[in-house]
Amino acid sequence: MIAELAHYALVLAFVLAVLQAILPLWGARKNDLTLMGVAEPLAVASFGFIALSFAGLMACFVRSDFSVLAVYSNSHSLQPLLYKITGVWGNHEGSMVLWVFVLGLFSALVAVFGRNLPARLRANVLGVEALIAAVFLLFILTTSNPFLRIDPAPAEGQQLNPILQDIGLAIHPPLLYLGYVGFSITFAFAAAALIEGRVDAAWARWVRPWILLAWVFLTLGIAMGSYWAYYELGWGGYWFWDPVENASLMPWLAGTALLHSAIVMEKREALKVWTLLLAILTFSLSLLGTFLVRSGVLTSVHSFANDPSRGIFILVILVVFIGGSLALFAVRAPALKQGGLFAPISREGALVVNNLLLTATAATVFTGTLYPLVLEALTGEKISVGAPFFDRTAGPLLLCLLLVMPAGPLLAWKRGDLRGVAERLTFAAGIAAVVAAVTLWLAKGGPILAAAGLFCAIYAIIGALIEFSERLQLFRASASVSLSRARGLPRSAFGTLLAHIGVGVSLLGIVAEAGWSQEKVVALKPGDQISIASFDLSFEGLQQREGKNWRDQVGRFEVRRGGVPVATLEPSKRAYVVSNQPTTEAGIKTFGLGQLYISLGEPMPGGAISARIYWKPLVILIWLGGVVMALGGALSLSDRRLRVGAPKPARRAAMAPAE
Amino acid sequence: MRGLLLAILFCFSVFSAALAVEPDEMLKDPALEARARALSQTLRCMVCQNQSIEDSAAPLARDLRLIVREHIKAGESDRQIRDFLVARYGEFVLLNPRLSAHTIVLWAVPGLILLFGGAWFAYVFFRGNPPQPKKLSREEERKLAKLARNPDDLTKL
Repeated sequence: MIAELAHYALVLAFVLAVLQAILPLWGARKNDLTLMGVAEPLAVASFGFIALSFAGLMACFVRSDFSVLAVYSNSHSLQPLLYKITGVWGNHEGSMVLWVFVLGLFSALVAVFGRNLPARLRANVLGVEALIAAVFLLFILTTSNPFLRIDPAPAEGQQLNPILQDIGLAIHPPLLYLGYVGFSITFAFAAAALIEGRVDAAWARWVRPWILLAWVFLTLGIAMGSYWAYYELGWGGYWFWDPVENASLMPWLAGTALLHSAIVMEKREALKVWTLLLAILTFSLSLLGTFLVRSGVLTSVHSFANDPSRGIFILVILVVFIGGSLALFAVRAPALKQGGLFAPISREGALVVNNLLLTATAATVFTGTLYPLVLEALTGEKISVGAPFFDRTAGPLLLCLLLVMPAGPLLAWKRGDLRGVAERLTFAAGIAAVVAAVTLWLAKGGPILAAAGLFCAIYAIIGALIEFSERLQLFRASASVSLSRARGLPRSAFGTLLAHIGVGVSLLGIVAEAGWSQEKVVALKPGDQISIASFDLSFEGLQQREGKNWRDQVGRFEVRRGGVPVATLEPSKRAYVVSNQPTTEAGIKTFGLGQLYISLGEPMPGGAISARIYWKPLVILIWLGGVVMALGGALSLSDRRLRVGAPKPARRAAMAPAE
Repeated sequence: MRGLLLAILFCFSVFSAALAVEPDEMLKDPALEARARALSQTLRCMVCQNQSIEDSAAPLARDLRLIVREHIKAGESDRQIRDFLVARYGEFVLLNPRLSAHTIVLWAVPGLILLFGGAWFAYVFFRGNPPQPKKLSREEERKLAKLARNPDDLTKL
């Protein structure tokens, strides 16, 4: 009964979304306030029904109602409650419901908190949002219904994919979707601006919180996914340039560009047309990301063709939204007035370079990801595009970006002082060079590329700090002046600082991991000793352990450092009872910012077992950098000037220098 | 990320979970072994999705790792080994596609985007910032200064 009610709620949500897509857009055209006004109650009501439906689906999973096909295929009565719940989005149908749930939530938020928006803009934004929601709901209802029943109902389910039964993967998809769908709001704002044919700095001010919000979640989602891959896949890698990872990286790159171009637009009314285009592209890449992962097109072109109804629907959605919005852009953009003059050497100029490099990187990842598919479809030729390709193409682009990054905040708007900036950056580069040289000396050498990367990372961090200390007049004015200047700074200034430092921190982790990791691949028998970095490990042997729905074969390692026991690591190989499908559970122990990482392998002849043992210095910084970036974004988001729905711009603190 | 899992799962369910490089495969000479590892990272495990033979636990990957090591021991260069594998398995085996008529677009994209993007921004920039008008001639300067002294003359113009 719950499944039917939830299904019905989804149908009602669809009907409301269709109304919400038509009436306000029509009202905005006819300047009819009543018609425009129905958008808000409709958005809230539509969200209510989607939420009901989502709750219903969750109830089916929690109650292990195996008469529902999606529950039967993705759950098991023995599964812990947490993974029964996360099983809701551990499959195509349920994840689509989660997607529209987030979409409905954001629409409702715009409706409730967007009262300070001009009526027409608000109506258009909510109308476009509803259009997206309606199409997705139709997609779910016609091709991906999660509420299908099976008769007779099986007594037991097939369990959630064991590899997904992990807390990291449980929260990874919702984070990603919050990011993807957040960009649907900026898309709706862009479409609304194009429909009205008017866009100004105020528009950028309304959109920026949404860009930040989406970006923060996407950043966290990617970092989380990367950490999960690191500890769960068992060979210590954290980024594989896998198409599925690229699918989330592309909107992140475009979204980062959008974040920066929107600043130019807000402060200087320049780059308007480009910002609109980026908003469209970012959401298009989010759509593509959702479907690339969901449609199975990546595994092979054939699996896509196996379920033509779904595949064709997806293609139609992509063509309608991407093609439609680009067509709208082509028609309306030339009429938009360009504003804000600036010299090439200026903060605007630096942000243009930022956008160019980020866009080029996104385009590279896009081509690399889809090229093999397209080539095979066109010529039948099969090629692979993997990590080495992206390292050689996207890698240098991102390094260039990193070198420009500290220059941006240092340059003034309109016309910057190249010499002053160059002097400061030379100072940063000097410090970075010294640090890199000392590190090389301390580590008794290392790959030259790693040293170059180390230099870039330190340079980026110092560069960000220099700009900040200048704003505070640190070391130049008295401490109390600096402190009061710090109080006067808008939070977004701290946000920029943190986000830029975060980039450097991540790179630091990446470089240390790549350049100074130690690895041992060994066959071990109980009692064997092995040393890595400053650690001495002894292998105590294997034992069995049982969980609720799995059996572990656990290897026990005593770890000593200078003769003192410091840890016990227990990597294991896990077999899930239902499918007997094995997964590896790495044994990881953090020391400072580095990690000792052990992963078990195959039993070897003679009673030994193979193991991979790593010491990865500073490896945590890779994800910590992501978290710092996200914190920076969140801090900017909390800036009073940008607070979502803040009724009036806050009074600027007297000490705050004009940005 | 989910698809990645499925892919890996595919490898892991058909074959048992394991490490990639096993201790018994490794070469005695650390320099040669390092070369083998680096080369392996650029070769695809063809029954997996987007995994190099270095990372994959599939039997095919193991076979390929052994082949690579045999050829290295025989003193072949990385290029010779790649050529051998391509002759046997096709371009599909290379994770870093070679430049050819088929892949020229792929390799050109980053540069093209930078080029066209840069040109577009330059175009928009110069359209938005028209060149400054010429400086006034000496004669004009003189007239202007005179006008500034006697603003009443403006009415006579």
